[in-house]
Amino acid sequence: MKIATAASERHVLAVTVDNEPGILAKITGLFTARGYNIDSLTVADISDDHAVSRITIVTNGPPQVIDQIETQLERLVPVHKVVDLTAAGPHVERELALIKVAGKGEMRVEALRIAELFRAKVVDTTTQSFVFELTGAPDKIDSFIALMRELGLVSVGRSGVVGMMRGLKSV
Amino acid sequence: MSQPSGAAILVQGLIDQGVEFVFGYPGGAVLPIYDELFGDERIRHILVRHEAGAGHAAEGYARATGKPGVVLVTSGPGATNAVTAIADAYMDSIPMIVLTGQVPTSLIGTDAFQEADTIGITRHCTKHNYLVKDPADLAATIEEAFRIATTGRPGPVVIDIPKDVQIAVPSQSRASKLTATHRYAPQMVASAEQIAEALEMIANAERPILYTGGGVINSGPEASELLRQFQDLTQSPITSTLMGLGCFPSTHPDFLGMLGMHGTYEANMAMNRCDVMVCIGARFDDRVTGRLDAFSPDSKKIHIDIDRSSINKTVPVDLGIVGDCAAVLGQLIAAWGERKPQDLGEWKARIAGWRARECLAYPEKSAKHPDMIMPQRAIERLHALTRHKEPIVSTEVGQHQMWAAQYYGFESPNKWLTSGGLGTMGYGMPAAIGAQLGCPDALVIDIAGEASIQMNIQELGTASQYRLPVKVFILNNEYMGMVRQWQELTYESRYSNSYSDSLPDFVALAEAYGWKGIRIERPEDLDAGILAMMEHDGPVIVDCCVASDANCLPMIPSGAAHTDMILYGDRVDGTMDDEAKALV
Ligand SMILES: Cc1cc2nc3c(=O)[nH]c(=O)nc-3n(C[C@H](O)[C@H](O)[C@H](O)COP(=O)(O)OP(=O)(O)OC[C@H]3O[C@@H](n4cnc5c(N)ncnc54)[C@H](O)[C@@H]3O)c2cc1C
Ligand SMILES: Cc1ncc(C[n+]2csc(CCOP(=O)(O)OP(=O)(O)O)c2C)c(N)n1
Ligand SMILES: [Mg+2]
Repeated sequence: MKIATAASERHVLAVTVDNEPGILAKITGLFTARGYNIDSLTVADISDDHAVSRITIVTNGPPQVIDQIETQLERLVPVHKVVDLTAAGPHVERELALIKVAGKGEMRVEALRIAELFRAKVVDTTTQSFVFELTGAPDKIDSFIALMRELGLVSVGRSGVVGMMRGLKSV
Repeated sequence: MSQPSGAAILVQGLIDQGVEFVFGYPGGAVLPIYDELFGDERIRHILVRHEAGAGHAAEGYARATGKPGVVLVTSGPGATNAVTAIADAYMDSIPMIVLTGQVPTSLIGTDAFQEADTIGITRHCTKHNYLVKDPADLAATIEEAFRIATTGRPGPVVIDIPKDVQIAVPSQSRASKLTATHRYAPQMVASAEQIAEALEMIANAERPILYTGGGVINSGPEASELLRQFQDLTQSPITSTLMGLGCFPSTHPDFLGMLGMHGTYEANMAMNRCDVMVCIGARFDDRVTGRLDAFSPDSKKIHIDIDRSSINKTVPVDLGIVGDCAAVLGQLIAAWGERKPQDLGEWKARIAGWRARECLAYPEKSAKHPDMIMPQRAIERLHALTRHKEPIVSTEVGQHQMWAAQYYGFESPNKWLTSGGLGTMGYGMPAAIGAQLGCPDALVIDIAGEASIQMNIQELGTASQYRLPVKVFILNNEYMGMVRQWQELTYESRYSNSYSDSLPDFVALAEAYGWKGIRIERPEDLDAGILAMMEHDGPVIVDCCVASDANCLPMIPSGAAHTDMILYGDRVDGTMDDEAKALV
C-alpha cells in the first residue's frame, strides 16, 4: 500500500509567548507529535522584563495543515498570539549567517570580491581564511553559500528566519 | 503562628476551589501532602488500588457532577501509572487536576530514586502542565490550573511539585509572578453576523440535521436544556455522537440515535443526505465521518465549537463559530424569535423510511448458541428494569460499550460515562466509583466486558472500603468481542489471541472482596438476576453469560462511506484490502 502525501506551501509564523520553562519543548513537541514540519525556528525574549518571547517558525504543509498548526499553537496556554506573516501580507524576512571560507591566491580574492557584491562583512580573517557575516533573505544567503562552495567553503552557521510585517502594524 | 508550608498552601488551595474528594495513592514524594491531609475533615481522600484507578475515578466524578476531578499521586511510577487516565481525559475533554510529587528540586535531572520526567511525559496529553519550583507560586498556580482545566474546552492539568517545595515556606520577599496575569480567556459567544448567517442557513434548510456531541455535555446542563428548545423551534432531526448521548432525550421522535461506525442506519443516512448540518460541540471524529471524501457530500456545514482547532480539522465547514454551546444556542434561540419552522414533512418521511429498516433489530437466538442470552437483549432488559431510577451508566471498551450506547436510552446529560477518544479498557469501574461518590444516591452501573473489567479489577477493593454500592454488569462473551469481530471481518476469522482464556470465577471474586456476586446463564433468569442486582444495597458483580458469536451491528467498516453500512443479515466474514486494513 502507498503512504499518502499532499502538496506543501512555505509559511512564516510569528508567535509571541510567555517566556516560561518548557514553552519551547511544548512548541517543538507539538510539531513532532502532530507530524508538522519545522524548516527553521528562532527564539529570543523581546520585552524589558524578559516575560515575553517571540518565536519565528518557518514551516511547510498543505493549507489545511498550516491552519491547524496556527490553531494548535493558539491552544497552548502560554501562547499569546500567532501571526501567519505569509498570509498576512507584505513582510520582511531576514536571516543572519556566518560563513567560513579557506583558500589562497585567486580563490581568496574571488571570495572577497563576491562578498563585497553581497555586502557580506568580514568579521574574522587569517592569511588563509575568512569568516563572513551576511544578513538577508534566505535565498540570498543560499546563493552566497552556493558560490562559496566553489571557493573553499569550510562551515556555515545560520540563525534561521526572523520576520516582520511591513508598514505601521505591530507584528 | 508558623508560616504555612507548600503542602498546607496546596491543601488550602484545593479547599478554596471547592474540592470535596481527592483520588490518590501515597508514596515518598507526596508524604508532606499526605501528612497535611491527615485528620483534615474538609477534604475526603479516596484511596484507590492503582493510580490509573485514581485517574479514571476522577474522570467519572467529573463527568457525572460537572466538577473537576482531583488526583494525587507520587513521583515516578505513581505519575506514570496515571498517564493513561490523563491521556483519556485529554481526548474526551474531561476537567481534571493531577497533583504529582516530584523528587526535590536539587535532585531533578540526576536520575534520582523514583524520578520520572513527568512534565515531559505529560506535555502532550495535558491541556497545560506546571513544575512548581517555589512554594510562593503554588497558590496562584492552583488557581490558574483549575481555571484552565474547567473553562474553554475542559481538560487535564498536571501540577508537578518537588518534595522540598511541599515542605518549604514561601519567602516573604518573593511575590509570585503568576498572580498578575490573567492569560487564557476562551471565546464564549458568537458575533451577531455569525448568528444571522447561521440562522439564515438553518431557517431555509429543507433537510437539516443537528449533529451534537460531547461539547454539549461539557457546556453544562443548561446547554442540553437549550438544545431541546432549539430543536423544538427548528423541528430538526437530531443525532448524537457517543460522547454526546443524553444531551437530547433518546425517546424524542426526532432523535435518530447515535451516528457513526456503530450508529443507526437512519442517523448515518440522514447525515449523508442532509442539506444543512449543524454540528454542535462535536469534532468530526473518524469513527463518525467514515470515509472523508464521501462524508455528507451535498450539505452546507455549520460548526459550533469552543476550540478553534476543532473547526476545519478534518472536515472543511462553511461557517465555523467559535463559542460555548450554551451561549451560542442561547443566541440562536433569541435570534430565531417568532419564526415558524420550515415544513420538513418530506425530509422526515424519508427518514421514517430509513428508520423502517429497523437497523437495531437482532436475531432472537444466536446461531451457534441458541440457548444463550443475546447480549443486546441483556442491555435492553437492563434498561427496561433500571430506567425508572435514571441510573448513571459507565462502560468499559468493546462490543458491550457499543451495545450499551445503542440499547440503553439516555434522557438527560451526565448519566453516561464512557471512554470515547482513547477507548481505554479498564475505565468503567473506577469511573463508576468516582460517579458514585459524587452522586451518592444514584444507581451507578458499569456495563463491562469480561476482558476489560480485568484491567482495573483491583478497584473492587476501593468500592468495598468506601461502601460504594456500584453495580458491575459483565456481558461475558468469553472473547475480546470487538477484536474477534474485526478478525472475523478482516482476517478470515483467524482469532489470534482474542479468546478470554482462564477467566476467574467472577462470583467468587466478588465475594472475596465482600461484594455480592450473581451469575446469569439462561434467558429466563435474566430479569430476576437484574432485579436481584438492584435489590442488593451494596456493590454487586453480575456475570451475565451471553452468546459469544454476536456481532455489534450496524457497522460502517473502516474506510467506508455512511451509505455502506453492514446490517444484520449481511454477510460479514472475509478479508479486506491493505488500505482498509491500515485504518483503525
Ligand atoms: C470501540 C469504539 C467505537 C466507537 N464508535 C463510535 C461511533 O460509532 N459513533 C460515535 O459517535 N463515536 C464512536 N466512538 C467514540 C469516538 O471515538 C469519539 O470519542 C467520539 O465520536 C467523539 O465525540 P464528539 O465528536 O462528541 O467529541 P468530544 O470528544 O466529546 O469533543 C467535544 C468537542 O466539543 C468541543 N467542546 C468542548 N466543550 C465545549 C463547549 N463548552 N462548547 C462548545 N464546544 C465544546 C470540543 O472542543 C470538541 O471539539 C467509538 C469509540 C470506541 C472506543
Ligand atoms: C487498554 C486497551 N488495550 C487494548 C484495547 C483494544 N481493544 C478494544 S476492545 C477490546 C476487547 C474488549 O473485550 P471485552 O472487554 O471482553 O469486551 P467485548 O468486546 O467482548 O464486549 C480490545 C482488546 C483497548 N481498547 N484498550
Ligand atoms: Mg468480551
